Amino acid sequence: MSIPALSAHELMALMNAGKASKEEIAAAYFERARGLNSKTHAFLRLEAAPEFPAATSVTLPLPIAMKDNICVKNRLTTCASKILDGFRPPYDACVVEKIKASGGVIIGSANMDEFAFGSSTETSSYGITRNPWDLERVPGGSSGGSATAVAAGQAVWALGSDTGGSIRQPAAFCGIVGMKPTYGRVSRYGLIAFGSSLDQIGPLTQDVTDCAMLLNIIAGYDRRDSTSVDKPVPDYTQALVRDVKGLRIGIPKEYFIDGMQPAVEKSVREAIEVLKKQGAVVKELSLPHTEYAVATYYIVATAEASSNLARFDGVQYGLRVVPDKTRKSPLVDMYEATREQGFGDEAKRRIMLGTYVLSSGYYDAYYLRAQKVRTLIKRDFEQAFGEVDVILSPTAPTTAFKVGEKLADPLAMYLSDIFTIPANLAGIPALSLPCGFDDNHLPVGLQLMARPFDEETLLRVAFSYEQATAWYLRRAVL
Amino acid sequence: MVSAPGGLMSQTGNMDFETVIGLEVHLQLKTQTKIFCGCRNVFGSEANANVCPVCLGLPGSLPVLNRQVLLDGIKVGLALNCDINRFVKFDRKNYYYPDLPKGYQISQYDFPIAKKGWLEFPCEGRSKRVGITRAHLEEDAGKLIHDDRLNCTLVDYNRTGTPLVEIVSEPDMHSPQEAYDYLTALKLTLSYLNVSDCDMEKGSLRCDANVSIRPVGQTKLGTKAELKNMNSFSAVKRAVEHEVERQTRLVLSGGQVVQETLLWDDAQSITVPMRSKEDAHDYRYFPEPDLVPFTLTAAEVESVQIGLPELPSAKLGRIRQSYGINEYDATILIQDRSLADFFEDCARLYSDYKNICNWINVAVLKEIRSRKVGLADLPLKPETLAALIQRVDDGTISNLVGKDILSGLVDSGKSVDTVIAEQGLAQISDDAALEKVLDEVIAANPKTVAEVKAGKTAAMGFFVGQAMKKMQGKANPKKLNEMLTRRFQNG
Repeated sequence: MSIPALSAHELMALMNAGKASKEEIAAAYFERARGLNSKTHAFLRLEAAPEFPAATSVTLPLPIAMKDNICVKNRLTTCASKILDGFRPPYDACVVEKIKASGGVIIGSANMDEFAFGSSTETSSYGITRNPWDLERVPGGSSGGSATAVAAGQAVWALGSDTGGSIRQPAAFCGIVGMKPTYGRVSRYGLIAFGSSLDQIGPLTQDVTDCAMLLNIIAGYDRRDSTSVDKPVPDYTQALVRDVKGLRIGIPKEYFIDGMQPAVEKSVREAIEVLKKQGAVVKELSLPHTEYAVATYYIVATAEASSNLARFDGVQYGLRVVPDKTRKSPLVDMYEATREQGFGDEAKRRIMLGTYVLSSGYYDAYYLRAQKVRTLIKRDFEQAFGEVDVILSPTAPTTAFKVGEKLADPLAMYLSDIFTIPANLAGIPALSLPCGFDDNHLPVGLQLMARPFDEETLLRVAFSYEQATAWYLRRAVL
Repeated sequence: MVSAPGGLMSQTGNMDFETVIGLEVHLQLKTQTKIFCGCRNVFGSEANANVCPVCLGLPGSLPVLNRQVLLDGIKVGLALNCDINRFVKFDRKNYYYPDLPKGYQISQYDFPIAKKGWLEFPCEGRSKRVGITRAHLEEDAGKLIHDDRLNCTLVDYNRTGTPLVEIVSEPDMHSPQEAYDYLTALKLTLSYLNVSDCDMEKGSLRCDANVSIRPVGQTKLGTKAELKNMNSFSAVKRAVEHEVERQTRLVLSGGQVVQETLLWDDAQSITVPMRSKEDAHDYRYFPEPDLVPFTLTAAEVESVQIGLPELPSAKLGRIRQSYGINEYDATILIQDRSLADFFEDCARLYSDYKNICNWINVAVLKEIRSRKVGLADLPLKPETLAALIQRVDDGTISNLVGKDILSGLVDSGKSVDTVIAEQGLAQISDDAALEKVLDEVIAANPKTVAEVKAGKTAAMGFFVGQAMKKMQGKANPKKLNEMLTRRFQNG
């Protein structure tokens, strides 16, 4: 088997057995990443050559793809937006420090929807990314570049960010494992913010074991992020046991909706049977406020985004456009021209939405109300987790759709995240893993959600299911 | 209450207006580091020397609350008799300006750290109480520097993230003088807390004024104008005076005050419109998601309360009562917390309190002023001053010599007795020596003797002066006078 088809734990085994060096592994990945990028465009930028940082903790010297909204010192970090053209952060994000400390080799910046605004990676200002399973289809988003890089063997693993499903949905579309950890489990320091109360960095990997290994590296309290939680980090690989006997799995009826792709429902129903056979106790339950989740999310997330993106004004860094003629004042003209040219349509749409819902006279009707509904959604989960240990659902209502299919219809695009958004609103951990394929040989994703800081149970259930099936072994052929 | 300015008054009969003033004071805290990052919080550094990704608002950076800022904010709130909000929450105030690197200012909106307080102070011969609406914590913005040579605007972000407490008063002041006295009292109280330099020149204390007028007797507030850009308390007074006059003229001539923000031009004594109500920002306040709200324990607030120093009004009362110092002198003492402390330190060593107070308020203050330093920087120990006063009181040295050597004592750090001995400054009170000198000067000046004997007793001063001269100023003048009186009475 060639190196870029192996998982991180398999590569580590090779290395430990002396059968491959970190240099050989890196060289193989760098070559494949470059070779395939014209096909997939998973990466916006590739490093010229592997750089091996001096590891200070665990050593996992493997090539990793970094989503383009995670700051890497002295490297272009643009959120796939023109407005950050030329921006090189003078510092590493907390997760980048941790990756470097573990010996990780950054292979390049993975493409994404501009500022993570999207579910298809089509809103990137620097070109779309294609799904390795079908190049006519989107990889999902917003971490589509990260998911594609892993699925196409252009990186051993990747980091993404998930505000409303941006790790899990592309993981599902690309047939890999993606986890959004509990809000506060991974430091956001150095993650260019979209929706600060929802954003969380997480791993995209080839299998559940790799997911646990990567989570081990990035999880933990960081005093520079006031929302990170000072709670001990367990060794997540210890959770990788095949044992779901007596484990209570809840199936929320609101997550099996009309209009869902039949193949998705079929694969998920079969997955439930697999877990039942292993001894899990499955029960149907209700999360009654689910139907309000998307609306709530698009108020909270855009409100925060409109404020978070205010700093891109042409003053300090990134793009600055100075118009020839003065219309209002040189300053206002510069602001307007810079933001007009720097942001894409979806970014502008969300900035306007967010500005509107926070405006005087509308705040109570939108933002405040959304916060109240958010509390209700959170409470739905708290109640559900009184009865079950894990909640299981499809990750997305469909498999990967065609390039351009939903781009003109923002609402249809937003519904792509209908099952993933609630976990962000509730702050709970959630994971997507492959559970089958549709008639077009496109992967289907299974979503598991657990109590806050119970990533271990997620990993245990996911591992048990994964080992009982073989979906994760299927690779896209490029 | 103010009357309409002269001249106009006669045209409109007896229409009187009441002035209503509310003040917003921004106080920079002198914490070691900035409010949300570890950068040094100092004034006067080279441009952009004290900055980091957090205070520059670089993408991906996150704020972390400086705990000391919170404690200082509570201190300010308690000193102004406020209720403290134990629920600590920050909000974003959104607006665009090049000195605001994030496009929003982290501030406190619906849960200010302190609210519903008051400040009481002497004003025009009575006691005045002004309500404090709220005091909240926020970050300062950077500074724009317009460079005419390069024809561009530069931004210095050193000030960005400097902790601020914004203190908002109720519209309880009714004359420019009241506003002035409020500011003076507020600054005095704040200076006791040792949380800020309270220096308007350096911008560590800034003041905006909301001014309106209304017919006397009307309870509804008139339309207000906001005044900005006053660089001293007296400028605040002048700006408010000017604005009251402008509004009064406007209303009397049939016009209406419109809500707007005005910039005060102190050099020309005029206000310049800055923005109208229509241009007012919609700040789109919402909770700052990067800072998790939390609740302080009652004990945490209590410990700040316990650590609060004695405040000026309490100190004034106690110094008057415990030491029998009059209001005028005690008021001078308490203008500077360290001066009052110095007084009390001296008073523990020597019990002639009034004398100590006089020495401090005259001689010590003179030293401070001539050296242009604070008391803290004046190397004068309470022990030294107490000893000096004692040596004057017991007649070892004259009052004049005492005043003369104070400056030297400050410089040398030597003890009073050492300086007296070294310079041979002790007064000569020895009867025989004094009589001998008097004998000499009387013998040498028969003409003056005749004058005195003829009833011109004032001429006795001549002999005192002559004797002093002969004894290099060390003769005890009191004794000389006594001796001379005795001599001439006896014939």
